[in-house]
Amino acid sequence: MYDDMVTARYYEERLQEEYLEGKQPAFDISAGPIPGELHLAAGQEAAAAGVCQHLRDDDVVTAPHRPHHIAIAKGVDLKRMTAEIFGRETGLSGGKGGHMHLFDPDVHFACSGIIAEGVPPAVGAGLAAKKRNEDSVAVAFLGEGAVDQGAFLESLNLAAVRDLPVAFVVEDNDWAISMPKDRVTDVEDASQRADGFDLPGRRVDHDDALAVYDAADEAIGRARHRNGPTLLEVQTHRRMGHFMGDPEGYRPEEDQEAAAQRDSIESLSEDLRDRDIDRETLGEIESEAQERVDEAIEWAKEQPEPEPEDAYDDVFVNPPSGVTDSEPDHTLAGGDD
Amino acid sequence: MAQQERDQAVDRELTMSRAMVEAIAHEMREDEEVFYMGEDVADYGGIFDSTEGLLDEFGHDRIMDVPISETAYVGAAVGAAQEGMRPIAELMFVDFFGVGMDQIYNQMAKNTYMSGGNVSVPMVLTAAVGGTYNDAAQHSQTLYGTFAHLPGMKVVVPSTAYEAKGLMHNAIRDDDPVVYLFHKRLMGIGWLPAPDGPKTPVPEEDYTIPFGSADVKREGSDVTIVTLGLHVHRALDAAEDLDDDGVDAEVIDLRTLVPLDTETVVESVRKTGRLVVVDEDYRSFGVTGEVVSRVADEALDDLEAVERVAVPDVPIPYSRPMENEVIPDGEDIKAAVEATE
Repeated sequence: MYDDMVTARYYEERLQEEYLEGKQPAFDISAGPIPGELHLAAGQEAAAAGVCQHLRDDDVVTAPHRPHHIAIAKGVDLKRMTAEIFGRETGLSGGKGGHMHLFDPDVHFACSGIIAEGVPPAVGAGLAAKKRNEDSVAVAFLGEGAVDQGAFLESLNLAAVRDLPVAFVVEDNDWAISMPKDRVTDVEDASQRADGFDLPGRRVDHDDALAVYDAADEAIGRARHRNGPTLLEVQTHRRMGHFMGDPEGYRPEEDQEAAAQRDSIESLSEDLRDRDIDRETLGEIESEAQERVDEAIEWAKEQPEPEPEDAYDDVFVNPPSGVTDSEPDHTLAGGDD
Repeated sequence: MAQQERDQAVDRELTMSRAMVEAIAHEMREDEEVFYMGEDVADYGGIFDSTEGLLDEFGHDRIMDVPISETAYVGAAVGAAQEGMRPIAELMFVDFFGVGMDQIYNQMAKNTYMSGGNVSVPMVLTAAVGGTYNDAAQHSQTLYGTFAHLPGMKVVVPSTAYEAKGLMHNAIRDDDPVVYLFHKRLMGIGWLPAPDGPKTPVPEEDYTIPFGSADVKREGSDVTIVTLGLHVHRALDAAEDLDDDGVDAEVIDLRTLVPLDTETVVESVRKTGRLVVVDEDYRSFGVTGEVVSRVADEALDDLEAVERVAVPDVPIPYSRPMENEVIPDGEDIKAAVEATE
């Protein structure tokens, strides 16, 4: 768990450096080695690591637009994920998806860039497991800004009424871009929403990574043993802007400072030392994580970009015969010709 | 007409986002019933600067941040509009329309008709469209054709600050639902540099641009290029290059898709005989097919050659070489024009 957390933190620190290259001094989103938007999750690592510790490769995870820490904890191939983020040919999706759309079927991991819309597919994965009488489970991660969406509330209801093996994990970092929680909902804790669907809701504080681990154990255990879905909410802290380049003009400075001071990685490190795991051992975990991340980033940067015409592949797995040719090489003539 | 409008002596230039905001602010001052709601539109000022500065003047009651709940707030705009208010609801990215689509195409677009004209829905739905910054398939679509295909919505696509202001005044004053689609690349946002074209002179006073009036952005005699939004500027660039090669291209900016100014397009094709339609939406069943079809209906005998330039029928890929491949640029437009020779 500590390994996943320090890997995710260091990974995103390195991505941040790479992302800003070429985009400075005047921030231009379309310049530099990493294309598109980048949403980082510093301060939220324990939510992902604590939950995914209980998962197997055949368990399904769906992640939102802020996915790296969850992907790392779920065991997504780090090199190919990095190549995808750099838009390279050997990336998970051959450069078609990018950082918000990571798909690794080997570990049953998928993402969606649309708020809350990754949640219903997790319910579907739970449904598939139940129908096939398998003991795999599904976990949908979402942010607290997503809990007002119909897709989430409808998913809670469907999972509850069908007793599906699903855990809904809300990462509450207090902010949905510029909107603080108290300006978009009168419900203090997202976990309270479970009451409306007659399923268990539990809220834990991210500062205590082991508490996250224990709460997740219970939620995943319930799903695994066919006792139905659980809504688990983890209070996290947003240390970065919503996306890289977000000036955060709407956010009070005290709030940024408070978030920066609360670090579940540091507190877990202290916890582990209290449990007689020496600093040297933790240091080894950290340096191995860094080595793995550096290696993945170096590898990804050496990978070739896709060919332009690769854009036309993969619309269908099985392209129908007679498929419409959208780029005719002839000129259509009219009139008297 | 449009040429005369542009020639008015105006000594200040605005970005497209400033021009939009100016029109919204004017209408809000004039009419208490106008209000704006959407995600991150108040304290943030709109992710694409679509509401920058409005909070200071109008406060949170009239510039409303809403929960991430497209069905609820787009539907709420429909309900408020049916009660006679004039809401503007912003979808941050047009790609999010699917989340609230029922409220858009079954309620907003159809209630006037289904009520036998007894109910009107005087609202504006704004949304950012377009790619060219590598944000992949769920954040880069234009979807002009989707809204234009479904009856009941007027569809507006400004290409410059001048158009953005005049069309916004018209949109807010219109008694029907209007979908106002602005291209991110044209807004003049710091982190997403715009080409030179969209920053134009904009009169201080209010003015409207009638819907259904296409604008001839460049006159020419050899070939007609019909387009909208960002691709107006790409077509104008291509036309300059073609001019060096001795081809005189006319560039028509549609400005609105519903209603569509078929007359201006047909008139041009009668003169040039050659038609190239350029669009950043998907090729099949879209804007390019519609324009070609209308010209064929009206002026088949004058039509010597036709080319369509649009996004081939694939989702927008993330990686730059692939995105550049599928989103048409000036070279693609030039090649299409040459193919009509």
